[in-house]
Amino acid sequence: MNTTATTLSPPMLAAHDIRKSYGKGTARFDALAGVSLSVYAGESIAIVGKSGSGKSTLMHLLALLDQPDDGTLMVGDTNADELSVRQLNRLRNQDFGFVFQQFFLTPNATVFDNVVLPLKIAGVGARERKTRGMAVLEQLEMADKAKNKAVNLSGGQKQRVVIARALVNNPKVIFADEPTGNLDTITGALVENILFALNRDHGITLVIVTHDPELATRCDSQLFIRDGRAVRSLDTLGEAA
Amino acid sequence: MNPLDITRAAISNTFRSKTRTTLTVTAIVIGAFTLTITSAIGTGISTYIDNQISSVAAPDALSITKASDAAPGSQSGPAPYDPDSAVVGGRFDGDGSEFSSGILTAADVDAIAGVDGVLEVNPILHLAPLYIEHDGTGKYELAINANIQMITPDLAAGAPTPEGGNHVLLTSAYLESLGFPDAESAVGQPVSIGIADHSGEIHEREATISGVQNETLFESGIGLNQTLSDALREAQDIGSPADTEVGFFLATARFDPGIGEEALSALKADLAELGYNAMTAADQIGIFQAIIGGIIGVLNAFAVIALIAAGFGIINTLLMSVQERTREIGLMKAMGMGGGRIYTLFSVEAVFIGFLGSVIGALGAMGVGAVTNVILAETVIADLEGLKVLIFAPIPMLAVVLLVMGIAFLAGTIPARRAARQNPITALRYE
Ligand SMILES: Nc1ncnc2c1ncn2[C@@H]1O[C@H](COP(=O)(O)OP(=O)(O)O)[C@@H](O)[C@H]1O
Ligand SMILES: [Mg+2]
Repeated sequence: MNTTATTLSPPMLAAHDIRKSYGKGTARFDALAGVSLSVYAGESIAIVGKSGSGKSTLMHLLALLDQPDDGTLMVGDTNADELSVRQLNRLRNQDFGFVFQQFFLTPNATVFDNVVLPLKIAGVGARERKTRGMAVLEQLEMADKAKNKAVNLSGGQKQRVVIARALVNNPKVIFADEPTGNLDTITGALVENILFALNRDHGITLVIVTHDPELATRCDSQLFIRDGRAVRSLDTLGEAA
Repeated sequence: MNPLDITRAAISNTFRSKTRTTLTVTAIVIGAFTLTITSAIGTGISTYIDNQISSVAAPDALSITKASDAAPGSQSGPAPYDPDSAVVGGRFDGDGSEFSSGILTAADVDAIAGVDGVLEVNPILHLAPLYIEHDGTGKYELAINANIQMITPDLAAGAPTPEGGNHVLLTSAYLESLGFPDAESAVGQPVSIGIADHSGEIHEREATISGVQNETLFESGIGLNQTLSDALREAQDIGSPADTEVGFFLATARFDPGIGEEALSALKADLAELGYNAMTAADQIGIFQAIIGGIIGVLNAFAVIALIAAGFGIINTLLMSVQERTREIGLMKAMGMGGGRIYTLFSVEAVFIGFLGSVIGALGAMGVGAVTNVILAETVIADLEGLKVLIFAPIPMLAVVLLVMGIAFLAGTIPARRAARQNPITALRYE
């Protein structure tokens, strides 16, 4: 748990003793067995652990994509339980940006169409989509590829498109699940730089899931997790796949 | 997502898997095509019938038959013999039971004439002339239109049968055989009609063609004026036993056409009470219309069954595409697209498939119908002036398209629900 003394305002996201299990009866598996965590506005936080330790599960709960079986989740000073489906959708659409473990680009759609998907969902008109979509592609130096099909891009380019898509709605937080996992070291480093630049220059909060200790140390704070529980140190980390 | 974007996205999704969409649309095209054709036939025929009722049916005549209690098939056993019932004089084999109704006697005619509202009764004699001939060009069999009083003839030329002298009203079907190049040239020309008497001897009667009427579905046969009818009957009765009571199988009664619906119903009811069936020409044509309506209804039902089968094609196609687009749906939900919007997206896709199929089917039917109309008009129905078998009216066509879109929407609900309920996490988690 991070206890940043300088922050007096409540955390923008806070999990208290949340649990999540999959399956039923004997097949029941506790993916999260009581984890607490606070995410403050403007910080970068790493969720670190081996493969299968429950990192993605935790991120999905924080991003309000799923509900915990037990424990409380606060969004600002509101309990997430009290939010309506509409409010949840609005939050995810307006305030959150997502970089998932895979790119999840629509292969036969253009780079531009992939990037403006969140704006489309928000009901933003075509003209504004155009300016905002192109602006964010410009920011990620992908403007010249706007009309290309997503399928024809390299891994690093795809991840830029994914980040552009996460950014296009001017989110407060970006959730990134293994953002460098699918990339070679050099490209991975470039993508990391982009994310930290967004945090530094635009004050966007980062929640980064990773099994890479080096990436974890670049973050302001870390939550180490093993078998669904928060632990103190990295010990056995680094061997994860 | 705003409605325009949803529609656009749904339409472009439709074309993602072209083969699948094509096959599904084809199934709908077949159903929509059939339904459009059957409904066009329905429109065509009922338009024709309506025109007939309004133009041909005499507004002031009732066709009266005797309600028979021995109508074949209407009763389990034969009715007891009634020695007072008439034996129709003339060319009846047997007792007249070939008619599904009883025989009217002179007493019946008087009774009918006595009913309030009946202005005039004309008993119709059963005449069976053998041939008609013009100017020695050859003898042709002829059918007499006993119902001529019930109709306002749709004239191609001349005038309806006037009294004073023997007059016939020809139908267009006889023109060529009798050697007339067109309807105009037949008017005023003489014809002779041959009829056999009781002993089989043939007598000829001369008449003038007063006019030519277009053949219709309901009325075909030559019309005779009363003078000619009487003359032919006289010839027919030569040599028949003197004590035969004369009977009629039909009588027409005139009433004031201005009396209105209610009074007409009352008049019919009065006649029914006395044991007579009374029908206006519109009623008679109406029966025909009901039968045609029934047939069209059955055909329509088959087409709708085909469309329902096509609906299952839509369900199948969309379930496959929900399966394929699991990821995409999950992503959109994660990015805050509500379940309702996802549902709408797939519903619109289903409706669009239905729209595509129904429009192609309807346009195809119109094309085929236009060609068919031309072919039919030159062959089978060449004599039926004014009959257009297939009429593609905008409202039934629109109804077909809307019905198909409705079926498609219903079919789409199953896949759309599945898509809307998808959990973004399970959709996005594993590769
Ligand atoms: N839908 C699920 N059903 C069953 N088990 C699951 C499901 N999702 C995740 N798990 C299990 O929960 C554990 C944590 O998964 P996850 O949060 O994805 O771990 P990580 O992201 O750290 O690799 C894993 O053992 C995984 O197999
Ligand atoms: Mg994971």
